[in-house]
Amino acid sequence: MTATTIIKQLTVAKTGNEAMADAMRQVNPDVVAAYPITPATEIAQIFSSFVADGMVTTDMVTVESEHSAMSATIGAAAAGARAMTATASQGLMLMAEMLPIAAALRLPIVMPEVNRAISGPINIHCDHSDTMFCRDAGWLQIFSENAQEAYDNVLQAVKIAEDPRVHLPALVTTDGFIISHGMETIKILPDDEAKSFVGEYKPNYSLLNHEKPITVGSIDLQNYYFEHRIPMIEAMKTAKDIIKQVGREYGEKYGRFYDLIEQYKIDDAEVALICLGSTAGTAKDVVDALRTKGQKVGLIKIRVFRPFPVEDLAAALRNLRAAAVFDRSDSLSGYGGPVFTEVCSALFNSENKPKIVNYIYGLGGRDIDIHTIEAVYDRLNKLKDAQDTGEIVSYLGVRK
Amino acid sequence: MTFTAGNYTGKLTVTELPEGGIWTEPGSSLMRKTGDWKTLQPVWDGQKCISCLTCWAYCPDSCFKTEKVLNEKTGKEDVKNRGIDLDHCKGCGICAAVCPPKVAAITMEKAR
Amino acid sequence: MAETIEIRWHGRGGQGAKTAALLVADAAIATGKLAQAFPEYGPERMGAPVKAFNRISDQEIRIHCSVEHPSIVLVLDETLVDSVNILEGVPANGTIIINTEKSADEYRQQLGFQGSLYTVNASGIALKNIGMNKPNTPMLGALVKATGILDYQKMLEDTTHKLEKKFKNKPEVIEGNVKAIQDAYEEVNK
Repeated sequence: MTATTIIKQLTVAKTGNEAMADAMRQVNPDVVAAYPITPATEIAQIFSSFVADGMVTTDMVTVESEHSAMSATIGAAAAGARAMTATASQGLMLMAEMLPIAAALRLPIVMPEVNRAISGPINIHCDHSDTMFCRDAGWLQIFSENAQEAYDNVLQAVKIAEDPRVHLPALVTTDGFIISHGMETIKILPDDEAKSFVGEYKPNYSLLNHEKPITVGSIDLQNYYFEHRIPMIEAMKTAKDIIKQVGREYGEKYGRFYDLIEQYKIDDAEVALICLGSTAGTAKDVVDALRTKGQKVGLIKIRVFRPFPVEDLAAALRNLRAAAVFDRSDSLSGYGGPVFTEVCSALFNSENKPKIVNYIYGLGGRDIDIHTIEAVYDRLNKLKDAQDTGEIVSYLGVRK
Repeated sequence: MTFTAGNYTGKLTVTELPEGGIWTEPGSSLMRKTGDWKTLQPVWDGQKCISCLTCWAYCPDSCFKTEKVLNEKTGKEDVKNRGIDLDHCKGCGICAAVCPPKVAAITMEKAR
Repeated sequence: MAETIEIRWHGRGGQGAKTAALLVADAAIATGKLAQAFPEYGPERMGAPVKAFNRISDQEIRIHCSVEHPSIVLVLDETLVDSVNILEGVPANGTIIINTEKSADEYRQQLGFQGSLYTVNASGIALKNIGMNKPNTPMLGALVKATGILDYQKMLEDTTHKLEKKFKNKPEVIEGNVKAIQDAYEEVNK
C-alpha cells in the first residue's frame, strides 16, 4: 500500500482517556453501564456528555458499583446489545467475579481499562497489577503504549471481539495518569470511517427474543462444564490470527499497523528488552541512543498479553543472546512477574533462546527514566557473554 | 447433530454444543424426569378439590395439570384442576400445605 | 534523538497549571508541532503545590517518563518560590517566568539564576480582564513572548477556539482571556 491510499485523518490533541471516550463515541454502543474510579473516571464521564449531547444513541446506565456495572453490561450483551464499560484497579477487582462469566457466555464486551496499582497500600498510580490479576479471566488483553494506540486499540478490539470466530470480551488498557491523563498528538478517523471499520454487530443470540426463548447461564456440572470451556480456549487461540488480521487491515487503511507484538530494531539485535505499555516508548528512545553508540540493542513490546503470543515471542527472541523482561507488577509468587514467567515458558521448548532476566519496576507509579533503562541494557550487554546469569529477578529503583 | 432439547443425551461433544453454554431450545426440563426423587408423594382427590389453584400457583415444578371447562351457568370458561404430573413432582409437599384446610384435597403418602 | 523542548509548570491546585499545559500542547499541535502535556500525576487538591509538564517537538515524542531537565519553567504562584525548588534540574541557560508584581531583577538576585528570568503580573492582568485570579492564560502570552516556541497569532487563534468550545454561553470570558494573553504578551519583562 502506498501512502496516498491511506484515509485522511484529523490530527488532534487528546489525553488517553479522551481518546478512548472518543473511540467509544464512534463505536456508538447500545448500552454503557459504568461506575467511576480513578484514573478511568473520565472515560465514562466524557462519554456520558456525548450521551447527554445526543452525539450517540447509547443507553447510559449509572450503577452503584463496578460489580453492577459489569453485571449490567453482561445482561445487555446477553440481550444482544453492543455493550461497553470502563474501569481501573479496585473497580476491576470488584468486577472480577463477573469477568469470567462474560467470557464464558461469549459476550464481546469491550472495556477500556486504565492500569493502576491495586491496594494495599492504597495507590492510584500506574502499574499493571490490576490487569495481571485478571489475566486468566478469559478476556483478551490489549496494552496501549500511548493515546494513539489507546484510540486505535478500542476500535480494533470491538472488531476483534465481535468476530464470530472470537466472541470473547476484550480489555484495552492504558497506563494510569501517564497515558490516561497525558495529552498527546493523535490522529482520529472520520466518524463514518470508524463506524464502517468496526462494522455492525450481529449477536449470536438474544435473551429478549420471545419468539425463540433461550436459557443463559444455566448450571453445568461434571458432564458438560469441560466441553463448554474448550471452545473458549479454542477461541482464545483463534483470536491471535484475527488480531493480526484486523491489525493489518487497520494499517492498510489508516497507516498504523498492529500485531500481537511489536519488534523494534530486533533484526540484528543481540540483546533486547521486553515490556508492555507506555514504557516501550521511553525504551525506544534509549534503543536509538544506544544504537548511535554502536550497540546492537532492540525492544520487543508485547501489545497483546491475552492471548499470549507464544509463537511470535519464541520467533522474535530466537536470535537474541540476552533479554530482560520488564514487569510492572509482581505476581507475589516469589519468582518475579507474570510477563517474565510466561515469556520463559514460551521459550522453554525452543532450541535457541537467550539468557533471560526479570526486572520488576514502576510499582505504584514509580517513574521509569531513561538512565534506568540504559543501565539495564548495560547489564544485558555484559550478560550476553557472561558465564553466570547472576540475579534472575531484580527490582528497579527500590530503596533497599 | 444439532442441539435440541430432544437430543440432549448428555453425550454431546464440544462441536455439537451451542456457543456460550446457552440452551437454544426451551422445554428441556420435560426431558428430565425428576419424579423418582420423592420419598413422599402427593395424592390428589378430585372429588374434594374446588379448583382454587393455590397448589398450581405454589408448585415449584409446575406439576399441576389444568383444563379449561365451559361453565354453563356463567357462559365463561373455568380453569379446572386435573391433578399432578408425577413424572416431574419431587414430593416437596408444598401443595398439601397450601391446600385450604376445609378442602384438604391433597395428602402426602409414602412414595411407591 | 530529536530536539524536544521540555516545560515545567508550578502552581497551586485550582490555578490551572494543568489546563495551561493542555492549552500549550493544544496550541503547539495547532501550529503543526507534536506535543505532550501531563500533570504531575496525582489527585490535585485546591491550594496544594502541583506541577504540570509539556514536551514540544517537531518529531514524534515517544518517551513517557517525567521531565527532569526542563529548559523552561513557569511559576503561577510566587509563594511557591520559597517552598518548592523551582530551579530543580533547570540548565544554566534555561528560562524562568514568574507571575509576580516584582521586577525580574529582584528575583534574579533572590534565586541567583544565571539564565533568562522574566516576570509578569499575570494575576493582576487576570483580575483586570477576567475578574478572577486565573493566571494561567496570561502566562501563555508571557511564555510565547519570552521563548518564541509558538507562533503568537496561531496560538491566540487556537486558544480562542478552545475557549469558545468551553465557554459557549459566556462570550465575556473568552474576550477577557484573549485580552489577558495579549496584555501579558506586551507586559512580560526581563
